Amino acid sequence: MFRKLVEPQETVTILFDGKPIKAARGDSVAAALLAAGVGAFRHSEISKEPRAPYCLMGICFDCLITIDSVANRQSCQVEVAEGMVIQSQQGLRVIDGRVPE
Amino acid sequence: MAQLERCEYVVVGGGVVGETIAWGLARGGVKPLILDAGDCADRASRQNMAQIVHTLTRKPAYPRAGPNAPWAVGQGFDPVEFHLWAYNAAKRWPQYAELLKDETKIDVNLIQNGFFGIHFSQAEGEAACKFLEKISIATAGQSTKFELLDHKETHKRLPNIGPKVATSVFFPKDGQVNVLRVLQALNVALAGRGCEYRANHLVNNIEPVAGGFKITGEWGEVQTEKVILAAGRGNERLAPMVGLSSPLFRSKGQILLTEKCAPIFPNGYATDIVQQDTDGNIRIGNSNVLTTDSNLTDPVGAAAIVQRAVQAFPSLAGLSIIRIWSGFRVLPPDMAPIYEQSTSAPGAFVVTVNGGVCLAPGHLFNLAPAILAGQLGAEYDPFKARRFCVPQTS
Amino acid sequence: MTARKITAVTDLAEAYDLIIVGAGPAGLTAATEAAAHGVSILVTDESDGPGGQMYRSITRLSESQFAFLGPDYWQGTSRVKAFNASTISYAPHTTAWSLNPVEDNTGANTSGTGVEVGISLAGAARLLRARHVILATGAMERPMPIPGWTLPGVMTAGAGQIALKSAGMVPAGKVVLAGCGPMLYQLAYQLLLAGIKITALIDTTDRNQMGKALAHLPGFLCSPYFFKGLKLLAKLRSSVPFIRGVTGLEATGNGHVERLRYRKNGQWQEIQADLVMLHQGVVPELSLANSAGCALDWNPRQLSFQPRLDGDGQTTVPGISIAGDGAKIGGADLAEVSGRLAALGALSSMGVLEKARKADLKRPLERMLARFQRGRPFLDTLYRPSDGFRIPSDDQTMVCRCEEVLAGQVRSAIAFGAPGPNQLKAFVRCGMGSCQGRLCSLTVTEMMAAERKVNPEKIGFYHLRPPVKPLNVGELTSLPTSREAIMAAGGSDHR
Repeated sequence: MFRKLVEPQETVTILFDGKPIKAARGDSVAAALLAAGVGAFRHSEISKEPRAPYCLMGICFDCLITIDSVANRQSCQVEVAEGMVIQSQQGLRVIDGRVPE
Repeated sequence: MAQLERCEYVVVGGGVVGETIAWGLARGGVKPLILDAGDCADRASRQNMAQIVHTLTRKPAYPRAGPNAPWAVGQGFDPVEFHLWAYNAAKRWPQYAELLKDETKIDVNLIQNGFFGIHFSQAEGEAACKFLEKISIATAGQSTKFELLDHKETHKRLPNIGPKVATSVFFPKDGQVNVLRVLQALNVALAGRGCEYRANHLVNNIEPVAGGFKITGEWGEVQTEKVILAAGRGNERLAPMVGLSSPLFRSKGQILLTEKCAPIFPNGYATDIVQQDTDGNIRIGNSNVLTTDSNLTDPVGAAAIVQRAVQAFPSLAGLSIIRIWSGFRVLPPDMAPIYEQSTSAPGAFVVTVNGGVCLAPGHLFNLAPAILAGQLGAEYDPFKARRFCVPQTS
Repeated sequence: MTARKITAVTDLAEAYDLIIVGAGPAGLTAATEAAAHGVSILVTDESDGPGGQMYRSITRLSESQFAFLGPDYWQGTSRVKAFNASTISYAPHTTAWSLNPVEDNTGANTSGTGVEVGISLAGAARLLRARHVILATGAMERPMPIPGWTLPGVMTAGAGQIALKSAGMVPAGKVVLAGCGPMLYQLAYQLLLAGIKITALIDTTDRNQMGKALAHLPGFLCSPYFFKGLKLLAKLRSSVPFIRGVTGLEATGNGHVERLRYRKNGQWQEIQADLVMLHQGVVPELSLANSAGCALDWNPRQLSFQPRLDGDGQTTVPGISIAGDGAKIGGADLAEVSGRLAALGALSSMGVLEKARKADLKRPLERMLARFQRGRPFLDTLYRPSDGFRIPSDDQTMVCRCEEVLAGQVRSAIAFGAPGPNQLKAFVRCGMGSCQGRLCSLTVTEMMAAERKVNPEKIGFYHLRPPVKPLNVGELTSLPTSREAIMAAGGSDHR
């Protein structure tokens, strides 16, 4: 869906749903995932439909993803860092480590 | 010139209180007209904790007379009456919800599996129970069951309770409802019964005339035989126009709304500080500021609310707050309802309550039929506003 | 002296003379202009570097590799340089979530009022005081609710520009641009220059608007936009398949966009697409102004609400001014002049710049403003999005993306008599999600206006309250509280 125009000078490795991805330093998590060909970032809370970034400027809240165990982070507002663990989200955020009933 | 519109019943106020009464009147065979304010009006029905609690959980603090309280609480008021009224209302919530569902197919997500009053000290929890014991005795057991739980017991039922919570008071029969759904359902029910709801019809004046009342606003006027004031804070202004009074205490509250998440409490439990609606959003409350005239959001106050909530439930710390509601409560000076029929203009009724969600079944099953019968009986005497003695002007 | 970068709330002062929210074109010039007069200034911005959206990532891109972004972009370098050389405090990665006029008992402000700004940075929140605030929060894309617009792979043209500038990313595979307006064509042009093959540009420009736009043609011909526009469109027409006169769109696919259907001459056709970029203009981002109670008026030509301002950019709330696209859409050049004017207005309001001097400084700027305004009426009229694309006719189209509310549900609620957008929320939860109505407010207002056959001005808009961006519980708890507040939160029986 997206590719880099220029090869990044510095890269970091991040994990997305367990898979390692090479990301350019300075990129947002959203950009890095899009560049790696990720389609759906999450499945929505109400009807579980697939969602991905829409605006890339922090106002649509569709790019929400779990970063380093914190859910619902706007991935277009967070910069990639070495070793970052990113997980796609399915439905409602869970706090407490509790499994939804 | 257009003919003056004539009605039999007008309900002023389109929130849960007004629409419940209107629905009750409609079920009794009449078609009330509901006049509601505009889109930007302050609406208690849309900014609340949606709690259903059979009773007060602590002794109300009577306000001292002063600039914020130009009346003094009279000696006549009996909190037992209020408890009985609230108890019987909350008890009939399942019936209310069932009726709404039958008529509208809308499920208002009533959950009455248990409600916790959270306390950060042993003394607080014990004081609450002492008060509740008194009520239980005074009402001969017709009050909600409750249990004082220590931290360990609380933790068994609410595994995410924080270590700073010393005790909780558990009310097994209490809980919450989805107020937005209630409003939606009431709208559908009223429409289904041919009752008209008119928004952008803020009432400026009500004048007793022969045969009833003339109600006017910028939108025009309407004449009615009976008028029921259910306009929340607006009642303070409107009641005197029909020979009634509806003094209100100025109490500002804020409620924080978080993003949606999976259920945080088992069994749909609700607590007085934190509860989660069936859409997944968590509500965090509840503050009481008596010294301000501004209903603007107060971030410092909100911070204090959320600090307390995090002490109660530390796992809330990662959530995002997406909205802060702030406004003045509809709060009669002793927290108990004002239900009164005007003596100078007997077709007028005032209904001013704190906790209109909780008391809704009382309004549907008792109050509406009484209004329809044209007379509020003696059982409503404790709720008359004259229990607030307005000091003589010297 | 140079700009001082703030990276933690502990670096912040409790109060500033001037707080500017946004470091895009208007914020940059407002800060630079005001700094010359010796007042204490804080500039906050959500991004990682100055430039806003127009000059996004300008400090990180190589001019040689990204020359194709064009002179309109690269002019930003000088603005940022001047900004960085100014004596200001600059806080990137900072969200401003509340704005409240407050009483100022310090006597510092001649009006007796000040403004309180709630910000969050690096996990902590603070309430800051300012004698004056300039909002330079810019614009956002007008929502374009077509069936399927929530599918992964459907994004805005703005997103395409951000991907390009902030991450040097370009579409791979079949990319279809759809909509109308200068920004769409500009994106297409930049992608072309970057060597991307655009599958199609599906143009939804309303043909009826050309006739109406002609009335404004003379102004356009004398404007800076005319030649730029001609050159751009000529290049596009020769290199990109244009499909014009499109009156309907639908994105379809399984889990991701695969096709874009479009209606032309009454017939539906479809084109394969891996990526769809939608655009039908931008509108002011008004959340802070809204929440602070600034009066907002409907602009019928630009089809959006905009703040009511005086000649100094001052809103109806004392101490709060707005500059740039956040006041009225006009592009970067206009925003920069507007920023400078707002700064002069704020300085005057603070008593730092006396009236006659202000008038002298304003005069050349006002001439520039007039020059940059020429041509806008033509563009606004020509590219006015058609009713069908602003007001979804298909009941199955999602209107509120956050709460997943469909157009049909909104229409039912309107039919029920909901008095306005705020009460509508109570019926169908539209606008109750995290985006706080940024993607549905205009749609809802216009749907109500259309159903009720009244002007959108009469319908109104969602009244926002702080926080206008989600605030983490952790951030809020970090706010210093008072004993009073803690006592007030001690719980009560009140519902």
